[in-house]
Amino acid sequence: MLNFVIHRIYVSILVAITVSVIGFSLLRISGDLAAELAGEDASTEEIAEVAKAYGLDRPFHVQYFDWAGKALSGDLGRSLFTNELVVELITDRIGVTFKLAIYSLILGLLLAVPLGVLASTRPNTWIDRMALGLAVFGQAIPNFWLALIMILFFGVTLRWLPISGSETEWHFVMPTLTLGLTVMPQFMRLTRTGMLDVLDSDFIRTARAKGLNPIRVLFKHALRNAILPVISLAAVVFGFLLGGSVIMESIFALNGVGFLAFESIQRQDFPVVQSIVVMLSFIYILLTFLSDVINAQLDPRIRLG
Amino acid sequence: MTDDSRVLEAKNLSVEIEVPAGILHAVTNVTLHVDKGETLGIVGESGCGKSITSLAIMNLLPSKATRTASKLQLEGKDLLSLSERELASLRGNSMGMIFQDPMTSLNPVYRIGEQLEEVYIQHGKGNRKEARERAAYLLDKVGIIAPRERLSQYPHQLSGGLRQRMMIAMTLMCEPSLVIADEPTTALDVTMQAQTLNLLSSLQDEFKMGLILITHDLGVVARMADRVLVMYAGKAVETGTSQQVFDHPTHPYTQGLIQCIPVPGKTSNDGRLGSIKGMVPALIGDLRGCMFRNRCAYVSEKCHASEIQFNQISPGRGYRCLLEANECADNLEGNLGTEIVQ
Amino acid sequence: MIKVNTDITAPIATSHPREEEIDEFEISVPSPPELMKRRAKKHVGFILGGTVVLLVLILAVFAPLIAPFDPYDQTLTNRLLPPIWHEKGSWSHPFGTDALGRDYFSRVIFGARISLMIGFFAAAVSAVVGSTLGMIGGYFGGKTDAVVMYLINVKLALPGLLVALSLVSVFGGSLIALICILAFLFWDRYAVVTRSVTQQIRTNDYITAAQAVGASRLRIIVGEVLPNLMNQIIVIASLEMAVAILVEAALSFLGLGIQPPTPSWGLLVSEGRSFMFFKPYLVTIPGLAIFMLVISINMMGDGIRDITAPEGRN
Repeated sequence: MLNFVIHRIYVSILVAITVSVIGFSLLRISGDLAAELAGEDASTEEIAEVAKAYGLDRPFHVQYFDWAGKALSGDLGRSLFTNELVVELITDRIGVTFKLAIYSLILGLLLAVPLGVLASTRPNTWIDRMALGLAVFGQAIPNFWLALIMILFFGVTLRWLPISGSETEWHFVMPTLTLGLTVMPQFMRLTRTGMLDVLDSDFIRTARAKGLNPIRVLFKHALRNAILPVISLAAVVFGFLLGGSVIMESIFALNGVGFLAFESIQRQDFPVVQSIVVMLSFIYILLTFLSDVINAQLDPRIRLG
Repeated sequence: MTDDSRVLEAKNLSVEIEVPAGILHAVTNVTLHVDKGETLGIVGESGCGKSITSLAIMNLLPSKATRTASKLQLEGKDLLSLSERELASLRGNSMGMIFQDPMTSLNPVYRIGEQLEEVYIQHGKGNRKEARERAAYLLDKVGIIAPRERLSQYPHQLSGGLRQRMMIAMTLMCEPSLVIADEPTTALDVTMQAQTLNLLSSLQDEFKMGLILITHDLGVVARMADRVLVMYAGKAVETGTSQQVFDHPTHPYTQGLIQCIPVPGKTSNDGRLGSIKGMVPALIGDLRGCMFRNRCAYVSEKCHASEIQFNQISPGRGYRCLLEANECADNLEGNLGTEIVQ
Repeated sequence: MIKVNTDITAPIATSHPREEEIDEFEISVPSPPELMKRRAKKHVGFILGGTVVLLVLILAVFAPLIAPFDPYDQTLTNRLLPPIWHEKGSWSHPFGTDALGRDYFSRVIFGARISLMIGFFAAAVSAVVGSTLGMIGGYFGGKTDAVVMYLINVKLALPGLLVALSLVSVFGGSLIALICILAFLFWDRYAVVTRSVTQQIRTNDYITAAQAVGASRLRIIVGEVLPNLMNQIIVIASLEMAVAILVEAALSFLGLGIQPPTPSWGLLVSEGRSFMFFKPYLVTIPGLAIFMLVISINMMGDGIRDITAPEGRN
């Protein structure tokens, strides 16, 4: 177990460093940032001045280490456009993004796990087909489009729900429904196939031969084994939701990190973009690390092996 | 019931399974019974319907399978008329089952203790503490040292032999009157096999349960069983006491099986052991004639045509072949004398 | 002239009486391709999905012949004409016209070209990159494998959509750029699957046999490993193609994908959004088009999986 954790930490750090280099270089590869910052009709001298002022004339690795060093001490620089501190920009908005991601993840799991379990107990019946059909449907529907249709229906026609902003919990209903439906299929399929495999296993036959209550066999003996990969996937999906909420945030005018990143990408505000990309990567690395540890804890074969 | 000592009685037990190619006749009209303290050995190659027979008794068949029988009674209770709920209350309680592969038959994520105790609690035999006492007592019985420590271990921390002992202890938690052991030693090392069998038979003496021992290993049956049921292609082809079946095997299949056993002192090193040519046929569709005819040395025209009746020689002794019992015996003599044992 | 039987494969005559008896019990087993054909004919999802994909493909290829108008042709007097199912609709513009008076039906048909091209090439490029990495890692193991795993981990850790948006903002929204960027987003699943399957295949006897007769590593990978992976790669490719189409639509919807006036379905939804409240068809039609195509590709992909490996669920 200790070896496993040490190895995971080692890999995580290596990946984190690489990701920070990639995140740092993302918007810089275009090369003419100084020209863009200086404005359209700036002279060569003015561009050189801007480059000097922002430190863009230095070699790439010097810029990287300068940035990384400051970032480690909590200084992510300032936005090139609003001149606000990047740290403040992010901390102001991360709450909304986290909330949306957590709501959507919970909704996705609440829909998927019971449905997957139900489908696995009745393979090839109408309920199984319906569950799979719902999964195919959820995977194929473009979520930005679904969001617009919901706005039309719940927001404009029925006037039940607010269509933009993040002031109340009601504002989160439609984005959560959309993202929840987007992530549901993968959880459903994984739960279903996992359960089908486990229900076919010898120890489930043993449990039934012991005369255990069928509900107990299903939830205590089968689901406990089938849920392990679902937990791993939940960590991955949570990371995806944090980075993938751009679309929902821009449609529903939720003032989260995703929308901030989107705006900043459009105006090449690289201190903000690189900070968000690197932060989300780090969160993902941390999450998968934690889910591996949790998995190891839940599975005695890994914990004690 | 007329007889108090009768634990299990099954008449004309059949199992049909729906497969893509048609109906698979996994078990056809098997009749068997087990008495208290008695061991019935069911023998046959893989695919002969032994395991399906035992799963049919436990009502643990896959959902695509249908079970029919004219009689199926456990200690006088009619299993055919019970609901699944009532059957579940008997499983693990009055009848228990030991499976072939101890490596996969225990749930990997729960402690041994938990898995033993839950049967006891499920069937209302006592509370958690009593269950733990019972589990520790039984682990001691099955020869496990430091049982209380073992109870808090996980299956993967134990060897195959130990796990099979755990399975045996688990089956005995509620002291069932019938235990079905499906190839209990096949997955174990040779040294473990003997120990486990000794354990089973001493436990049977102690708890007086009826035991059905399913195996492809005639040696095991010879050692353990009081009576034998030889199965081939889903049908009973020969029954009798161990003595009768081993001393005077009647059905050509049984004879073939017996020739496969090496006998110390009798089978010489350069002599060849017997083997039965060919394979068990697929049991799909409308089956006619003797299923063994493609592998039988004494096959004749008649073997193709009609249903072969099960000839009763005496109560509990019979075989399914067109040949007369004495013809069969002669065949065996010839075979054993000239070809197989030199 | 003496005729000599030189056919060594001819059955050797035998007097064994049981030989023909055995045949009596044998069931004729159809060959694998025959089995696949049978399963394909019975697979409703595969037939349905395949038919729709084929139809869309025909529409896309023959778009200039099928589309009644030039999709770029603006007729400002004909702005926002309603579609045919609307009471004021007319057959001259079955899906109506957009805010610039362009025929919406023609734009949707030409949009199929963009979706199919991006989906197909993104899935193909990522398949080549991902499978190559996966096979190399799985076959060589050790340090090579560690590098492949590290690359996969880095890829997984990056927030894909944000990186894609950044790259589009740097390299622009040309077709080639989008295909490369999307390929970058999707190569990892091929790598993960091919790597683990290659690891299993490598231990097989026929690989050892190939090594023993001195086949080069490249030859073993291309000649022995790749054919065994093809089914899985095709299944992943079909599913990734569907996702690529969805992501292209999302990127274009956000304005960081295909650039106007090119008719991409995602862009059509985005352009229609401003008029959504009184001209909802501008949003519903392209959205449904995406949905139909993606669901059909998915059904086809699931079908291919069921047909080639029915025992392997998902």
